[in-house]
Amino acid sequence: MREPASHRLALLGALAVVIVLMPLIFPSAYYYRVGALVFIFALAAVGLNLLMGFAGQVSLGHAGFLGIGGYAMAIGPVHLGVPPWASLLAGAVISAVVAFIVGRPILRLKGHYLAVATLGLGVLIAIVLTNEASWTGGPDGMSVPRLVLFDWAVRGSQQWYWISAATFLVGAILAFNVIDSPTGRALRAIHDSEVAASVLGVDVARGKLAIFVISAVYASVAGSYLALINGHVTPDIAGFLRSIELAAMVVLGGMGSILGSLVGAAVLVVLPQTLTILHDYEHLVLGLILMGVMIFLRQGIVPSLAAAVSGRQT
Amino acid sequence: MAEFLQFFFSGLTVGAVYALVALGFTLIYNASDVINFAQGEFVMLGGLSTVFLAMAGIPLPLAALLAVLLTIAVGIALYYLAIEPARGASAVSLIMITIGASIFLRGTAQVVFDKRFHSLPPLFGSDPIRWGGAAILPQSLVVLAGAAIIVVLLWLFIDRTLLGKAVIATAANRLAAWLVGINTRQIVGLSFAVSAGIGAIAGILVTPITLTSYDVGTLLALKGFAAAMLGGIGSALGAVVGGLVLGMLEAFSAGYVSSKYKDAVAFLIILIVLFAIPNGLFGRGKVERV
Repeated sequence: MREPASHRLALLGALAVVIVLMPLIFPSAYYYRVGALVFIFALAAVGLNLLMGFAGQVSLGHAGFLGIGGYAMAIGPVHLGVPPWASLLAGAVISAVVAFIVGRPILRLKGHYLAVATLGLGVLIAIVLTNEASWTGGPDGMSVPRLVLFDWAVRGSQQWYWISAATFLVGAILAFNVIDSPTGRALRAIHDSEVAASVLGVDVARGKLAIFVISAVYASVAGSYLALINGHVTPDIAGFLRSIELAAMVVLGGMGSILGSLVGAAVLVVLPQTLTILHDYEHLVLGLILMGVMIFLRQGIVPSLAAAVSGRQT
Repeated sequence: MAEFLQFFFSGLTVGAVYALVALGFTLIYNASDVINFAQGEFVMLGGLSTVFLAMAGIPLPLAALLAVLLTIAVGIALYYLAIEPARGASAVSLIMITIGASIFLRGTAQVVFDKRFHSLPPLFGSDPIRWGGAAILPQSLVVLAGAAIIVVLLWLFIDRTLLGKAVIATAANRLAAWLVGINTRQIVGLSFAVSAGIGAIAGILVTPITLTSYDVGTLLALKGFAAAMLGGIGSALGAVVGGLVLGMLEAFSAGYVSSKYKDAVAFLIILIVLFAIPNGLFGRGKVERV
């Protein structure tokens, strides 16, 4: 189910090739934009997957960190005169600090209680973003200044496509490293059996907290990118439905599969774009697909397909 | 004092609705270990289909009855078409399925009904009753009475009928219940039906006060879920108390602190409760078997 270490290099290489070749079949700039969105959400999903798929801890509030990252890109430059790159960093640091502070008590909870606590955290962040209108512009949100790196203004969907794709690849490589680190091994032990892990001397609380902070940073960076590419940010970025969307990407693609997170993100980003043709039927179809995949491909798309393929070989 | 009473009654009314939603969560959770995020959609379906059936010329009581039956049918369909086929899936997958169902039902409501807000005429007019300086809507009393009747009927059903005992047995140990000849599949289906019916009635009762639209379900589900957690999930008494407490806390914080952060206070308190008493007010701590 999980990518074996020997396959990872091949996987990353293949991904890089796909990323470079995809634009050849893009008929318009709009496709670059959708591509960029896929990689941005995939980045957040990879982070969340570390938490859900490897450490086995559910979060239904990760969009809150998406919101912190997104609003950092708007509030930093507009209100505080902080340059965008520093705002992105600041957002990541704030997300990490928030995750660190609330992580310990939250991660002590299990199962459904953990789900409701993370859900509450995400909703709280969204409510603060909606209500502190003098800083955040309220429900209408605020516009985000364009990213300027060394006098080079990043604009246009094409540039964002390359930047997001590159960032996603870096994120995936870092995620693989986290999985292989001692913390990563401890996490997998926690996933399989918390009690067994703690008996063996794994500091369960510390391991979970570390991965929670890391996943928050992934989401925050993704949120910052999202704000930059849209040029605008509203409290919806941190809403409950966004959190669900992120969790759905992880579960849909396959828990514990990094490639799965990319596939999950691609499905949930591209699908609504194509469903807009269906106008009012968009949600109806989306709900049906979500239910259908969860019922018939229980392990998620990538692990289910992998099992089907290897099953045919033997 | 008048102010206090005013907040108290509005908190009690909202709390009664949260309590009913939480009760629905609890029923389904006990029978099947599924957290049903589509619970809020039952409330929406109950209210909205009554509105539209009444607009089609059906007398209001009959429209309400049909709406409840319709919602029950949706609840049963949800179980047999989405939950049952996924039996044995992980908790997260099941949560995702009910969320998918919730999005689907909302999407369907948006197509079948519309995106506007709708109301129903209150049962006993809309002239407020003056009591101790507070103005109480007659419909608030209807909501409270309705909630109380549902809770009592549910208790009688669970405690006094053979079928109710089968529900308890299924909740306690599904395999053991099945072994003594209880059709656990039907029992779980029944709990989905009852849960949907309770949600629908709550939706019909509260629509004259809070209005309804295709998307009211999400926040209601979250608050109901929170109330169930507050009371300790799995405990029916906890669900009712949790709902009422949550409604009151919301009303008082909206009245005395800030109405902007009304929704926030609910979630904040839940976080605090979860940190301090992780099993909720009435939940029993589980000993993990290794």
